[in-house]
Amino acid sequence: MTTPATAIVTASSSDAGFLSRIAPPTPVTYLPPLTPPAPSPAAIEVSGVEKTFRIPTQRVDSLKERLTTFSGGDYRELHALRDVSFEVERGEFFGIVGRNGSGKSTLLKILASIYAADAGRVRMAGRLAPFIELGVGFNNELTARENVELNGVMMGLTRRDARSRLGAVLEFAELEEFVDLKLKNYSSGMLVRLAFSVMIQSDAEILLIDEVLAVGDASFQQKCADVFYEIRDSDRTVVFVTHDMGAVEQYCHRAMLLHDGGITAIGDADEVARSYLRLNFEQAPSGGEADMGGVADITLSDVWLENGEGERITNVEKGSELRFGALLEAHRPVDGPSFGFAFTNADGVEVTGFGLGLSSEVPDRLEPGQQVRLGGEIENRLAPGRYVAKCWVHREHNFAKLVLHSPHVLDFVVYGKDGAGVVALDHEIKATVVGS
Amino acid sequence: MNAEPASAELYEVKGPSAVGGGWHRFFELLWLMSVTEFKKTFFGTVLGYVWSLMRPLLLFAVLLLVFTQVFKLGSEVAHYEVLLLFNIVLFGLFLEGTSGAVGSVVGQEGIVRKTQFPRLVIPLSVVLTALFTLGLNMIIVVIFMLAFGAPPLWTWLLFPLILVPLLVLVCALSMLLSALNVRFRDVAIIWTVVATALNYATPVIYPLQIIQNEALKHALMANPLAPLFQQAHLWLINDPKTESLITAAGGPLPLIAAALIYVGICVAGVWVFNREAPRIAEQL
Repeated sequence: MTTPATAIVTASSSDAGFLSRIAPPTPVTYLPPLTPPAPSPAAIEVSGVEKTFRIPTQRVDSLKERLTTFSGGDYRELHALRDVSFEVERGEFFGIVGRNGSGKSTLLKILASIYAADAGRVRMAGRLAPFIELGVGFNNELTARENVELNGVMMGLTRRDARSRLGAVLEFAELEEFVDLKLKNYSSGMLVRLAFSVMIQSDAEILLIDEVLAVGDASFQQKCADVFYEIRDSDRTVVFVTHDMGAVEQYCHRAMLLHDGGITAIGDADEVARSYLRLNFEQAPSGGEADMGGVADITLSDVWLENGEGERITNVEKGSELRFGALLEAHRPVDGPSFGFAFTNADGVEVTGFGLGLSSEVPDRLEPGQQVRLGGEIENRLAPGRYVAKCWVHREHNFAKLVLHSPHVLDFVVYGKDGAGVVALDHEIKATVVGS
Repeated sequence: MNAEPASAELYEVKGPSAVGGGWHRFFELLWLMSVTEFKKTFFGTVLGYVWSLMRPLLLFAVLLLVFTQVFKLGSEVAHYEVLLLFNIVLFGLFLEGTSGAVGSVVGQEGIVRKTQFPRLVIPLSVVLTALFTLGLNMIIVVIFMLAFGAPPLWTWLLFPLILVPLLVLVCALSMLLSALNVRFRDVAIIWTVVATALNYATPVIYPLQIIQNEALKHALMANPLAPLFQQAHLWLINDPKTESLITAAGGPLPLIAAALIYVGICVAGVWVFNREAPRIAEQL
């Protein structure tokens, strides 16, 4: 079994001299390229699927209430899915992402024949095994042996096939010794291993998986990741619902972003993952009202962030162009004003700060009623995370003579992955095998 | 672990249903779930089988004491003790099957909401488990019958003719009740009352001939369970005092009513369950 997650090291020829041993460097590939398989026939075809839930405003779930309530038909409609159509090719690892309530779980349940669609058509090629949750239908009173059989039959295997699978399941879960132990005596770690293993070994052509990746200890997780890579490169089709964009970029050939029951983006997994992050943070409330207070000589009437196109934004994607602007109004004369901004991250570390003083760009004196518009651009090396900006104004270019100090004028999120550290620096990284 | 090449043929996914996924899978699941449940009750505890027998036997002992000592029934009815035990065990199938099934779909919420599962398996596996229990209990009943000197009759062989219609009724009721209980959670509570009432409206603990009020007796025969139990009585013990169905009913009318109710319940059970099956997961 190849393990694509680990480094693939190509050994240099043994009879090479010293020079050839250090050069050319042998590259170490960390991730196999995500080339989608050649176009294959569709494994799943969804066309025009709609699903509406009726949420009763006053829930009537007893006969007594039904008989005593006259306005029984009071409900509001929740459109969980609106006209969703897509195709998943055979052999594809297909991700479905979306915020909570976007309809992705509903869609998965329709694919799994747990919910009935109100309209539209779902077609599949091959046997399906849904894993909406790990270990569904496990019975604590039964042994692992009996549970594996029961679960297999639930997933559509015959009893004989289900039994013949037992060895492989237990081997993967590393639970051979506990085959006749009742599940109630299993530790939780053993349980998830068994459940995951049952899923992996289910042998169905189409797997529907809802957010069940990292389970067990580190070594088991590695094993799971390996298997996911293996499945990804195999003939099996996987539809995978998750919130973990790292996993989407790692495993998925293609992905789809659901928002409010509709498809917002579909295609390249990385693109979709980025759309998801963008969507997630654009709608986040920009925490708290900007603090417009300060010393009354001068006030800050507006402050904002802009993207490269000059549109105002509340949050910004990692690495994208970031501009800021502020509008100040003087109420008393201010001689020799200088202005400053500073950005502090969530840990309270001032990441960057800059000012504008004594230069031809700055007027020598502000008269009462005069407005100043500050505008600037930051080289956006901010690491993903939350930031707060502060703004200040001095007079006579003197730090001691503060006329305005607003500690909390902007509150924004830089979104994107790889959030480690304080700044995101451009980098290039290589690993070279030294010696032979 | 490579999957066999998928058939390129696309087939339509019809969504959840009562039977979904083919009959083969349906019966395998039904069997497996019933056996599982059965094993749990019988081998889960030290005394397993004994415990499951305790309930009907204790009930039997109490009733026998009350009816022979307090109401002095024993002298009037031939082999009353045999009839009583037999009836208690047979009614046990009805009681265990229906009462167990009422809450079964709601109780198996995890399976229903999280996996593709033929919904009908859930109530029917409860009935099948009850049938297993009946089978085990019947062994005791037969031993008891012979021990108490009830003469073996060839009509005992006709017992399946009672069992099959009873089983069909229990299945239909379990479908009806389990589906309704998803929508209206008080069905389970109502059913405990109805089942108790049915216990008394059926000649289980008393033989029909002791009822003095003829009109009441005739009305009781409209209860679909009553003719079944009365016929069982006729076939079980040769006693000229046991009234035939038509005599007990005082004419064909109550029997026709019973048949209509029987058919009505069966149709309603299948229809309601089929209609509710696709939506069960959403309503839980």
